[in-house]
Formats: sequence, structure tokens, C-alpha cells
Amino acid sequence: MIRRGRVGATAATSRRDGVVVGIDLMSVAAVEDSIRVHAGRYLRRVYTSRELRDCASAGGAPDARRLAARFAAKEAALKVLRAGDEAVPWQAVGVRADRFGRPTIELTGAARELALSRGVEGLDVSLTHEGPFAAAVVVARVRGER
Amino acid sequence: MTDDTRIVIRRVLREHARLPVDVDTLADDTDLFAAGMTSHASVNLMLALEDAFDIEFPDRMLTRGVFDSVSAIAAAVAELSADGAPSAAGGGA
Repeated sequence: MIRRGRVGATAATSRRDGVVVGIDLMSVAAVEDSIRVHAGRYLRRVYTSRELRDCASAGGAPDARRLAARFAAKEAALKVLRAGDEAVPWQAVGVRADRFGRPTIELTGAARELALSRGVEGLDVSLTHEGPFAAAVVVARVRGER
Repeated sequence: MTDDTRIVIRRVLREHARLPVDVDTLADDTDLFAAGMTSHASVNLMLALEDAFDIEFPDRMLTRGVFDSVSAIAAAVAELSADGAPSAAGGGA
């Protein structure tokens, strides 16, 4: 994973002409381990109820590949928001499908307030997973930050 | 904050933070993110600390700074323990 605030803030996030990009790479095995060790507490503290529903396998068990992609999306969105040392619960950044089934970023609570204060709007997200990794890219417009 | 608390914190770090370096080589004020801890690992660290100290980190404390060094974690544990939670349980992480 690219870390926020060090490599992530400079190399993985770029600003130009009012557009901000954040990217993150996530290990699927890390999510599997967290589910194994911390089970429901991990799931409830990090993911929204909608995300947990969307990432349930046919048998009801959480699909770590899809959850890893969503964690990457949360991290990429926090880079776009330049969260720094602000207190933003993981659940305040959620991924949900729009009416066409495309993933979208939904900000609530502290994340929504941060977006407003930073002039960040119109977030868009793309997710992928392949083998041991999942990744996400978040793009947003920024007002007054050119 | 006692030495025992820092020992427990270091044990939790060793077991849950997925650091690429030996925790014992890090000073109390070493930046754990700079040392290689990822954001996802910090979630596991938080949950394991809650188990070890019988505390719960409130939303206001879910910041990078709270988890970025042994000293910062010790201060947070002390604050939460002073709020009424029992002191270091020493196990269960």
C-alpha cells in the first residue's frame, strides 16, 4: 500500500487545473487476515453496511477481493481529500453503486465536511482486483486550488 | 504510562502492524508509518490495542497522529484508560 502523507501524498496524488487524483493498492491477503483475526469488529469499523452487503459472496461470507478494492478506494479518497491528521472514520468514505451499477464514492460525516472545507467535489472512482491485489483510483474537481 | 504499557504496545505492534523492521529497533518516537506501517495495518493495530487494553478508540481519535509512534499510542491509551477503562490487560491481542 502507498502510504498517505509520505510517498502517497507526493507521488500518488497530483494536482493540476483543479483536478486531484488519488490512487491506492491493497493486498487481498491483508484483508483476509483482518477478517480472520478481528472478524466482525474489523468489518463493522471499516466498511459501511451497504459495502458489506455488496461484498457478500453467494454463501454470505465477505469477499476479501471486493473489500480490498473498497479499502483502496477509501484510502485513495482520503488522499484526494488531503486528510492528513484529520479524524475521518473509515466508514465516512463509502463505495456504492449508482443506478447504472457503476461504483461511486459516498462521503458522510467528517469526510463530507472535509470535502466541503477543501473545495473537493464530483468524486469519481474506478476499482479493480486481480490475483493478490486490489486497487482504486479516485478523481475529483477542486475549487480554488489551482 | 508504565514500562509495562509500552511493552504491551510493542508486542501488539510486533503481532499486528506488519512492520518490515524489528519493532525492538525502533525508538519510542519513531514514526511507524515512515517505518513501513500501512494505513490498513493501523486498523489492525487499533483493534488489537482495544483488545489488549480493554479500551475503544472513539472517532475523534481515528487520526494518523494517534498511531504514528509508540509514544503517541501510549498517550492515547493513557487518555482512554483514564476515562474509566481498565489498565493494560497484557494479553488477548
